[in-house]
Amino acid sequence: MNAPVPTPSLRRPAVHLSGVGKTWTPAGRGPVQALRDVDLDIAPGEFVVFLGPSGCGKSTLLYMIAGLEPASAGTMEADGLPITGPSAERGLIFQDASLFPWLTILDNVAFGPSIGAVQKLKRREIAAEMLRRVGLADMMDKKPDELSGGMRQRAACARALAMRAKVLMMDEPFAALDVQTRAKMQDFLLQIWRDSGASIVLVTHSIDEAVALADRVVVFTARPGRVKTIVPVDLPRPRNPRDPRFHDLRDRFGELLADEVDRAFAEQEAR
Amino acid sequence: MAATDVPLGAVAPVSAQSAQAAPGQGRPFAPPRYPRLRAGLATLGWSLASLGLFAGLWEALWALGFLNPLLLPPPHLFLADLPATLKYFDRSNRIGSRSEGGGVMPLLATIGWTTMRVTVGLVLGFVGGVLVGALLHYVRLFRNLVLPTVLLLAPISPVAWLPVAIFVFGIGDVPAIFLVFITLFFAIALTTSTQIAAVPVTYLNVARIMGADTRQTFFRVVLPAILPGLFMTLRLNLFAAWMVVLIAEAVGVGSGLGQIVSLARSTFNARLSFFTMAIIGLLGFSFDWALRQIQARMLWWIAPQGGGR
Repeated sequence: MNAPVPTPSLRRPAVHLSGVGKTWTPAGRGPVQALRDVDLDIAPGEFVVFLGPSGCGKSTLLYMIAGLEPASAGTMEADGLPITGPSAERGLIFQDASLFPWLTILDNVAFGPSIGAVQKLKRREIAAEMLRRVGLADMMDKKPDELSGGMRQRAACARALAMRAKVLMMDEPFAALDVQTRAKMQDFLLQIWRDSGASIVLVTHSIDEAVALADRVVVFTARPGRVKTIVPVDLPRPRNPRDPRFHDLRDRFGELLADEVDRAFAEQEAR
Repeated sequence: MAATDVPLGAVAPVSAQSAQAAPGQGRPFAPPRYPRLRAGLATLGWSLASLGLFAGLWEALWALGFLNPLLLPPPHLFLADLPATLKYFDRSNRIGSRSEGGGVMPLLATIGWTTMRVTVGLVLGFVGGVLVGALLHYVRLFRNLVLPTVLLLAPISPVAWLPVAIFVFGIGDVPAIFLVFITLFFAIALTTSTQIAAVPVTYLNVARIMGADTRQTFFRVVLPAILPGLFMTLRLNLFAAWMVVLIAEAVGVGSGLGQIVSLARSTFNARLSFFTMAIIGLLGFSFDWALRQIQARMLWWIAPQGGGR
């Protein structure tokens, strides 16, 4: 059932996970296993979506790939090198965008290059170019509070791209947006993905989002999170939600998830 | 249930019509021209009216004979003979020096000495407080050893430190500065450590992903994030700082506005007392205003009161 799906590229994987596990030890309680035996290769330029019930550890896995959390078991490699900590090559975009409110949009995007001691003129140039690319050229001098939620997420994308990230990771980036904005942002994201050539790993619990965006969907089990199955989505882009194949996939993911959601619920009730 | 359907269906077209008609109706909410100038003038007008009302009541009570001008001289009396009042101000900052003539320059010098003590005390208290607060947060051994003592010392009124300050530093500028320092130091230290703990983790994660080291993270992310809270604490303690500096000057320093207040008390000089009070009030107000300006510059990204979040 877990037959490995061949990756679309024969090049060295952008991210290689093998036997990865994560165990939390909360104070005053026994250890909690959040993730177990995750094997996954993400090819350069691939769009992968992590889909799973709440609390299955898919966000944790994202943080681990980003280098913000160490793995308790297994090996994690990025571009052939072990992941030992965060790196600007693996940009992470949070649900709330997390722009610094004390910087203008331009300075937010230029923050990464400024840490890397890039000269002021040069880094402003880079930041302006990235903002143009995400369609925020008019917003450079605004403060984050003045932007809408969708614009803030685009600025966060620009900030990650300014560091020439090879892998863009997104933790439910559109969950806080309204439905119309969300659809627009999905189109925008596909465009950014094509332009930048980066791999994208996106965490979501929305089946529609997974089918609309992914090359491959990694479905997780309820806690402890394991890879239940990996489903390639080979619909041509742009994808039409009214396409019958879109429907079939949606139904299939719905069935795959239903069992896990039931299990997650049962576990929560028992606690 | 059918009854509710009828008015709903009937109301909808009416509201659509009124929505269309609204822009045409003589613009009852036309925005005023020069809104900032108007708001500024209004504030100034009300301030003058408030002050006038207060002074007018005082003067009226005096004119009706309810107030003894020796004890509670109204403004026109305590502002009347300025040269005589200014005689009590001394240019030098020496203890026990005799007043020699007085005048406007000595008045400014007195104000200057007091302002200097407040400013130096505030700066030292702020910097020291941030330093100790950061250590309290980041160094566990320091926190375990120091925090309980800080929590015990913090509630002690700064005035209670006055004898200690004089024992240790002697009579002079230092006890007054020390008292202002104490007023701000504990509050800023505790604010700093709690505010650092409240900095959103995602801000720190962004800094880590961008490759910021500890120093860069502190100065470029943590400090800007806690600055609004620090400014709030600073402004809340500003008036307390002005209070303690006067007490310290009255007791432990030979000069300054506190010394003048003390002199007015011991010589039963109501005019001098009220004159000095007016000066102190103006100074405190200007200090708070200046701090608000600095705050608006440094915290430009925070919307002014009420607006935004």
